[in-house]
Amino acid sequence: MVEMVSRPYASAFEEFAAGNPEILCMSADLTSSCEIDGFRDRHPDQFISMGMAEQNMMSFAGGLGLAGFRPFIHTFGVFMYRRPYDQLMASIAYPRRKVRLMGFLPGVTTPGGMTHQSIEDISVMRSIPNMSILETGDATEVESICEAADSIDGPVWCRVLRGSVPRLFDTPIKVGEMRVLSEGDDILVVTSGITTEEAMRARSALSRAGLSIRHIHLHTIKPFDHKQLLDHIGSVKHGVVTLENHVTEGGIGSLVAETMADAGVGKRLVRLGLKDTYAHGGSRPYLMRYYGLDALALVGGIEDLIGQQFGISEDDLDSARVEDVHSLVKAEAL
Amino acid sequence: MRNEKTTEEVALGIRRRVFEHAMRNNGGYLSQACSAAEQLAWLYNEELKLGEPTLPAIPEPFGGVPSVDNPDYHTGAGYNGPAAPEYDRLFIAPAHYALVAYATLIETGRMAPEGLEMFNKDGSSVEMIGAEHSPGMEVHNGTLGIGLSTAAGLAYGRKRKGEPGRTWVFMSDGEVQEGQTWEAVQACAFHGIDTLYAVMDVNDQQCDGAMSSVMEVGDIRTKFRNFGAHCVEVDGHDLTAIRDAAAEAHEGRPLIILARTSPFHTMPILEERFPRLHYVRFKSEDERARFNTSIAEDLGVEPIDYAH
Repeated sequence: MVEMVSRPYASAFEEFAAGNPEILCMSADLTSSCEIDGFRDRHPDQFISMGMAEQNMMSFAGGLGLAGFRPFIHTFGVFMYRRPYDQLMASIAYPRRKVRLMGFLPGVTTPGGMTHQSIEDISVMRSIPNMSILETGDATEVESICEAADSIDGPVWCRVLRGSVPRLFDTPIKVGEMRVLSEGDDILVVTSGITTEEAMRARSALSRAGLSIRHIHLHTIKPFDHKQLLDHIGSVKHGVVTLENHVTEGGIGSLVAETMADAGVGKRLVRLGLKDTYAHGGSRPYLMRYYGLDALALVGGIEDLIGQQFGISEDDLDSARVEDVHSLVKAEAL
Repeated sequence: MRNEKTTEEVALGIRRRVFEHAMRNNGGYLSQACSAAEQLAWLYNEELKLGEPTLPAIPEPFGGVPSVDNPDYHTGAGYNGPAAPEYDRLFIAPAHYALVAYATLIETGRMAPEGLEMFNKDGSSVEMIGAEHSPGMEVHNGTLGIGLSTAAGLAYGRKRKGEPGRTWVFMSDGEVQEGQTWEAVQACAFHGIDTLYAVMDVNDQQCDGAMSSVMEVGDIRTKFRNFGAHCVEVDGHDLTAIRDAAAEAHEGRPLIILARTSPFHTMPILEERFPRLHYVRFKSEDERARFNTSIAEDLGVEPIDYAH
């Protein structure tokens, strides 16, 4: 069974930030919810409580960046770009402040409903000049997100997973790269965040159905290595399926579509994710099933692309969590 | 760096330059010069501890926006001198006062008069709404209400690093309608940020007209005090009163000076245009000529020969 790691961000952030005088930990009244309560208690000198006042927090962080600090802002993703979008633009993104925006509860990972689910953040961030985007898909990526984000010369948007997180990979995020999880030649599957685990669940059933899947996991969404993606697209016969914990407009589905269109690639693309809809409150498995973000939805997308039914049911998919942590093709691609 | 002129002379010089510019361009930010000239003259001529300018007296053209591909990018802060620990910093929170701020740079010897000729010209860095690459600017403030928060972050960071320099913000009263202003003040009080100073031009005007007709804001001194600032209200045309206000003790709290001003001060003919004073564009050649004669006499200069 896959290893489940409890609160990986809590220990990773503390290990990374404690004692570094240039790094400041900012929070907007969601300190334990973003797993930095222990850091606050043990390193109060590096912790800045900003209260429930995100507009001020964003500009204040910009001022700290101007003073030479590298603030890590912690709150739920939605609260960092919807209300204070103007401040994010003018105080952080435009002047390229080294502010690390740690956005928790990406997509449907919260039962909090519309007000808590950041479903269009990647679309928003991709269109902001100077912004970089990282997304975590497992415990190892959560553990390495701080170092990865802090290596970037400019602002960084991070989709961070909290709570109990599966360990799928055993190498840290390397900014600008992508993970090759399987090297088949029929279909290219592109996933990021929590949808990667879903695609891994579908792998053995698809293999039994005789399909050879090439699977790419994206932790770096901007900047993006378009050439490498095109090489992978060129290696498969049929086309590409993307699956994202986000609306299908502006996220990784759009990223792949733009890459294909720019290069004149004539293969089919099926984009799976939230289809021009808000989500509502519910458990993650329920929401992923209801909105078509899970392993079964991926199988359906592949059937649509191939034009063939495989008769794969929920029972054929690997149980709740993936088991084959080390079944990756190339060790160096982990 | 200290100017040899008196602050009164600098304030008069600012108004003369803004007047000349407005006449030549058939309009401009005249009322902002009326209300704010003493405050900006006092900041640059007396109060701020600034080093020698580090950028050329005649501003360079627009050099591109911040980008990983633009390694030579710099802001316009160099007109205020280097960002050394011992020096003060100044943000012009209402970037619409840029014309008045540029005139102040000229009057205090930090920018050449040619700089004002580049105002709002295509390809120029001397932009109409001050950008962070415009002379004397360090951050973007054209979106009103963000200046105090950014300055609070800078002041907090500088205090943390033990820098003796202060962080000043020139503000406008319309900004108190933005919730962010109050978020900033409560954060400064909570974190004891007392190296932050603001002087606010309280001229009771905003883009749509008199503030009382757009959105009533009540007793802002009491509101600032209740949110945790040390707030002093003075006559914004009385330099002695402004000096005394800046000297008030405010340990653990930011100091906010409310400078009560008139948007017609020294140019009474402007009252004809009340309540639309934000940007005065002359409606006819006759009006332009009457304003030219009247304001020239008020400021002790010859009428501007704007036909050329």
